[in-house]
Amino acid sequence: MTNVARTPVSTGPASHAKLTADGISMMFDRDGVSISVLDDISLTVDDGEFVCLLGPSGCGKSTILNVMAGFIAPTRGEVRIDGEAVTGPDPRRIFVFQERGVFPWLTVEGNVGFGLYNLAPAERQRRIAHYIALVGLQGFENAYPRDLSGGMKQRVEVARALAVNPDMLFLDEPFGALDSITRLIMRGELLRIWEAERKTIIFVTHDIDEAVQLADRVIVMSARPARIQRIVDIDIPHPRDISSRKYLGLRDGILEAIGLAHKV
Amino acid sequence: MSALSQPRRWEAFAWPCVTAALLLLAWHVLVTLTGTEVFPSPLNVQRGLAQLIERGVLWRYIGDSLRRVGIGYLTAVSVGVPAGLLLGWYPAAAHVVNPVIQMMRPISPIAWIPVAIVLFGVGDVAAMYLIFLGAFFPIVVSTMNGVRNVPSIYRRAGRNFGLSPAALLTRVVLPAALPQMLVGFRLALGIAWLVVVAAEMIAVDSGLGYLVIDARNAGKRYDLVVAAMILIGLTGLALDVGIRRAETLKSIRWGFRHAP
Repeated sequence: MTNVARTPVSTGPASHAKLTADGISMMFDRDGVSISVLDDISLTVDDGEFVCLLGPSGCGKSTILNVMAGFIAPTRGEVRIDGEAVTGPDPRRIFVFQERGVFPWLTVEGNVGFGLYNLAPAERQRRIAHYIALVGLQGFENAYPRDLSGGMKQRVEVARALAVNPDMLFLDEPFGALDSITRLIMRGELLRIWEAERKTIIFVTHDIDEAVQLADRVIVMSARPARIQRIVDIDIPHPRDISSRKYLGLRDGILEAIGLAHKV
Repeated sequence: MSALSQPRRWEAFAWPCVTAALLLLAWHVLVTLTGTEVFPSPLNVQRGLAQLIERGVLWRYIGDSLRRVGIGYLTAVSVGVPAGLLLGWYPAAAHVVNPVIQMMRPISPIAWIPVAIVLFGVGDVAAMYLIFLGAFFPIVVSTMNGVRNVPSIYRRAGRNFGLSPAALLTRVVLPAALPQMLVGFRLALGIAWLVVVAAEMIAVDSGLGYLVIDARNAGKRYDLVVAAMILIGLTGLALDVGIRRAETLKSIRWGFRHAP
């Protein structure tokens, strides 16, 4: 992790609503029985904000993210981004999967440049080089994903997303498949990139520590059908001291909200 | 060479040569011991091959067989790949067509010989038609399944970057399906080579399949029959080695677990 001076996070007066979800509900039909997955989710995310959706596995938080990204239509309710109703995926907001989303038939360069098909070759090359450098993959431009580690593949995917200069990123447990050391490094990298580029980020995780380390706000979800159980503001500036009393207090508050005593 | 050790470079070539030499030796000994009049010894076969070269037919026959396979096979690829893409892309189309394909697929191309003769007469075109039929079904089926099995995560990523349906097909679906398609291409090439021999026995007057049946009919030249069989085997091996090289291309080999 680099020791760049970090500006404290502020949602100043200039911030405005980037995304509003209004009464999102989702029902799936399974064997003729309709199952409610999302129950009346309403949420506003500010421009440039880093929001974590936190909930147990299978609670439907990935479904919310897919609805916001326009991959699935909700049964009821509406998502608006910049005042426009979301009707499908859009290159202005990129969904980052776990590292499985990297295209194995393309090199690192090919992956990072994948969305830049409308650019002139020189500009395309410049962008590719910039974002490969941003995620620290110089020297691997011509490597294929099968020769990269999980963490490196995840960097490729983040670079591919950032290269098209989106104004929002949706991240679906992006570091879930990484080992714990790589995961910590990647969190630091993501924060560094977020501070450099100031995208609006919605990040899904089931890891309480991850949420409290990264987010401006943590949206705590209930088990299925997912409802918003509590919204916790994490008003600690980056870099965060993860053994400070405030950090631990916020984390314990979330543990309690989920209904877990903090003893194993 | 223990079971776990990687064979060294020279071993990869040396051991098969040793096996072949031992087989030739066993063949020679058996022919000598039994004193058979009908079955040729390796030396007879070698002389037969030399005769074929002298008469100038050896390379022509190989070339004719390869040409028929080439035309029939490439036609199958150029019709089968678009058909497979279509069926894989539109599940509704596959619903309608797939049962017919699955019914036609197990019919040996040999069974089509009478139909081929009725349609195209006795000759080159009938032989190529049979090769086309043999190669077509594996290519369609592997392409269709390859497209169906493209992980939805890749399609979503492609759509997210704003690709048109045509671009999604060429930039995401096709490369993602290619390793599985290649398995079908390889299978189809093997079948095409099997079929050309059978087709030439009936429909034409040149090629390696023709050589087998002609040598048998014109004077029971079993040395030439066996020579033709060896040539068929070696050419088939060369074709397979050739198409396997595609598996090592970097943009494809990710799909093969044991690829180098």
